[in-house]
Amino acid sequence: MNAETNCNRIGLGKNDYSGKPSTLCKGCGHDSITAAIIQAYYELGVPPHQVAKFSGIGCSSKTPTYFIDRGHGFNSVHGRMPSVATGATIANKKLTIIGVSGDGDTASIGMGQFCHIVRRNVDMVYIVENNGTYGLTKGQFSATADVGSVLKKGQVNPYPVIDCCAVGIELGATFVARSFSGDRKQVISLIKAAYAHKGIAILDIISPCVTFNNNEGSTKSYTFVKEHDIPLHELGFIQSQEEISVEMKEGERREIELHDGSRLMLRKLDREYDPTNKIAAMAAISEARDKQELITGLLYFNNKGTDLNSLLNTVDVPLWSLGEKDLDPGAEVLKKINTSLR
Amino acid sequence: MATGQSIVNDFSIRVATANGTGSQSSNNLLFKSLFRMGIGVCAKNLFPSNIQGLPTWFQIRVSPQGYQDLREHDDIAVCMNPETAKEDIAAMRPGTTIFYNSSVIKVTDDQLKPGMSVYALPVEELSKGITEAKLRHLLKNLFYVGALSHVYGIEIEVMKSVIQDTFKNKQSAIDANIAALQIGIDYAKNNYKKTDNYQFQRANNNQGKIIIEGNTASGLGAIYGGCTVVAWYPITPSSSLAESMETYLKKLRVDKDGKAKYAVIQAEDELAAIGMVLGAGWAGARSMTSTAGPGISLMHEFLGLAYYAEIPAVLFNVQRVGPSTGLPTRTQQCDITSCALASHGDTKHILLFPSSPKECFEMGAEAFNLAERMQTPIFVMTDLDLGMNSWVDDELEYNPMKYDRGKVLSADDLNKVKDWGRYLDVDGDGICYRTLPGTNHMKGAYFTRGSGHDEYARYTESPVVYSRNMDRLLKKWHSSKKYLPKPVVKGDTKAKVGILAYGTSDHAVVETMDRLKGTPLKYMRIRAYPFTQEVEEFIKSCDVVYMVEQNRDGQLQQLLETDIPGYQSKLRSIRYYGGFPLSADIVERELTKQMGK
Repeated sequence: MNAETNCNRIGLGKNDYSGKPSTLCKGCGHDSITAAIIQAYYELGVPPHQVAKFSGIGCSSKTPTYFIDRGHGFNSVHGRMPSVATGATIANKKLTIIGVSGDGDTASIGMGQFCHIVRRNVDMVYIVENNGTYGLTKGQFSATADVGSVLKKGQVNPYPVIDCCAVGIELGATFVARSFSGDRKQVISLIKAAYAHKGIAILDIISPCVTFNNNEGSTKSYTFVKEHDIPLHELGFIQSQEEISVEMKEGERREIELHDGSRLMLRKLDREYDPTNKIAAMAAISEARDKQELITGLLYFNNKGTDLNSLLNTVDVPLWSLGEKDLDPGAEVLKKINTSLR
Repeated sequence: MATGQSIVNDFSIRVATANGTGSQSSNNLLFKSLFRMGIGVCAKNLFPSNIQGLPTWFQIRVSPQGYQDLREHDDIAVCMNPETAKEDIAAMRPGTTIFYNSSVIKVTDDQLKPGMSVYALPVEELSKGITEAKLRHLLKNLFYVGALSHVYGIEIEVMKSVIQDTFKNKQSAIDANIAALQIGIDYAKNNYKKTDNYQFQRANNNQGKIIIEGNTASGLGAIYGGCTVVAWYPITPSSSLAESMETYLKKLRVDKDGKAKYAVIQAEDELAAIGMVLGAGWAGARSMTSTAGPGISLMHEFLGLAYYAEIPAVLFNVQRVGPSTGLPTRTQQCDITSCALASHGDTKHILLFPSSPKECFEMGAEAFNLAERMQTPIFVMTDLDLGMNSWVDDELEYNPMKYDRGKVLSADDLNKVKDWGRYLDVDGDGICYRTLPGTNHMKGAYFTRGSGHDEYARYTESPVVYSRNMDRLLKKWHSSKKYLPKPVVKGDTKAKVGILAYGTSDHAVVETMDRLKGTPLKYMRIRAYPFTQEVEEFIKSCDVVYMVEQNRDGQLQQLLETDIPGYQSKLRSIRYYGGFPLSADIVERELTKQMGK
């Protein structure tokens, strides 16, 4: 980053990462996440034309129009963003994939596709903008609402919560984090680390719905989330080849080395937390739920996964770019096939 | 000895067994041996949706013309399944022949009709002669093959060559199969007196022919058509399409470093399969899925998106009997409207109707050019009969194909154009220019959405812009006609009575035309939807047109009446929807009845 010109390492300004004006409600948590995405991609110096943005349907799924206009975007059908993103990355492995979904889009109608994109370990940033409610249809409960949470009109949710992070960890996701749209610094660090991670990176970001789920009794309201947010660690992201500039004393920090050489620094806060311990991560999520705490930060990480394109072992160039010369097996081969069929 | 004239190479055999007993390989041995003897032969597998124990039938039909349609009644019944023996025998006509497993089936005189020939085969007793006890239940199926070969004259050396090719280098398997076959031959030699007139005789029908399933041919077509991404979900009768395709891809599409020039993904369901296909097509790859009716139903929402957002995709729909689960292992042409109008909202799709494996291959390749040219899903409409049966067809012909990637703008192209909008109809044919994600240009990106959009892909709810876009999509659909395969016309061009058919109905119609040689008839085989001008002209030139379809509701006729109105009074229907492949016996009977002959 060049402080004088405000240009990032590929010479682009923050404007090069902007999108159309948001049409969401004033104060919506999703807009904070959009701003964090812009900031993170700008600071990282991601070539915007290589970004492919995906979403399903819902308030959250509108947001890819609000960032990185210079990247192609695809607003698909409800709950099916994962399959579309999967197809695109197979066709062009050079694309940088980011998917934005909501709690309805991921944990209800899209639960199946969410599970399977995790299994396939598609190399992407998968953001769940989680407000526990269906905003666009005017405030019904979603499957990520906590038991006992109260909606604006007084309905009490009787059903157990689906925790996208716990599901992700269980199904083998290699980068799972939870955050709060109000914690800009943490969100930006996590988006950067998610980008640097090879494989699926799940960010479940609690993002209060100011219009339909911000009332007393809601466990996804700004007030409730602020009061119950317990960061597991302080985060600092250092891009590969960058000097360590994070103010963390040695000894109290832990480094997570990411695929591209970048590092995520974790400074211990009140408790010991080891994000590489899967069982401990599941236990922490479960305990926090029982205590009505919202633990945020990097919940789970491992760098041993193989992403889908590596599993498919496709050629280095994008599949779409192959032409007749590469793909047509020719006349001789067909002759042999004919012979084998007699 | 039998009395009367020999019936040479013009009869059919129906083998009745229980599925999962290994009879399939015996039946294939029969079929392939006859093929190698140069005899015009056709095989139809009439099987249940089950792994083991339910009744299954296999018809092997020989004819000098090499007809590939089912015969309604058979000349020889091979009754190996005690569960169905009574009905199998009852279905046979006077003068026909019955082989039966006399170890488990009793045939009494009152079951027989005049002039029937009966051959008993004590399968269980004979199976004691098989030394490999573990393989006994499989190998005993070869007894009827041996018996038939002795009675009707299938050359032993030819059968041995088929066995050898089937088991390649597994000598013990080859020996075991030949020994079992010999048991059947020997039994027939020592115990049978030929009392019927059927006879196989070496012929010269199969020069330049191959045996191939439509699904294999479709998959090969896709490979030659440059497909790189396959996403699919297992469903009868289409699974073998993706599976055989993957087998070929592994051989044909791996570079010298072992890297794949293709990707095949077995999705979690059909929704994900089509989602992946659209993601890949949007990103510029030639992508496809293979499925059947229930899969198409699940894909409808995505197909509306593909139509509206204009994303190329190829779908092979191997149709089976619906609605719902229907009869999963039986054939129909019952997804015509479901595909032509797939999705909520106003949509019109493009369909191709191959009628043979060779055409599966050709249209399977061409579909990818069409998809990218038209930027929309292309449906290759095959069916279970075509997809899963082994067909004797002309060998696949290599036509070096130039991939038509359609209207795609690169970064360089964008430098040359003043104004680019994803949905701007610059050329007046309704087909717009697209860019691919990753295009490095300031104005290279656009936003794809299933919601209302204007010419620049921006969100809009404007009634004017919405209507304008829908009108353009219709124009685009009409524009596709000039790229679609033309219909094929046969018969007496001056005739005033016409037949319209498509897909696998072709074989029964062609045979019907042969049988009705003296009647002035002409026949148009439709090969694509939307209907091209030739279809209207054909109907115009006829007084009466019989539409042959394998569904209850005349689905293509419905489209015809909507798209080419004004001819309803001329249209008559011949519809068969029982689930077996269409037979000329049915078409001829219906046609002559309706023509008042």
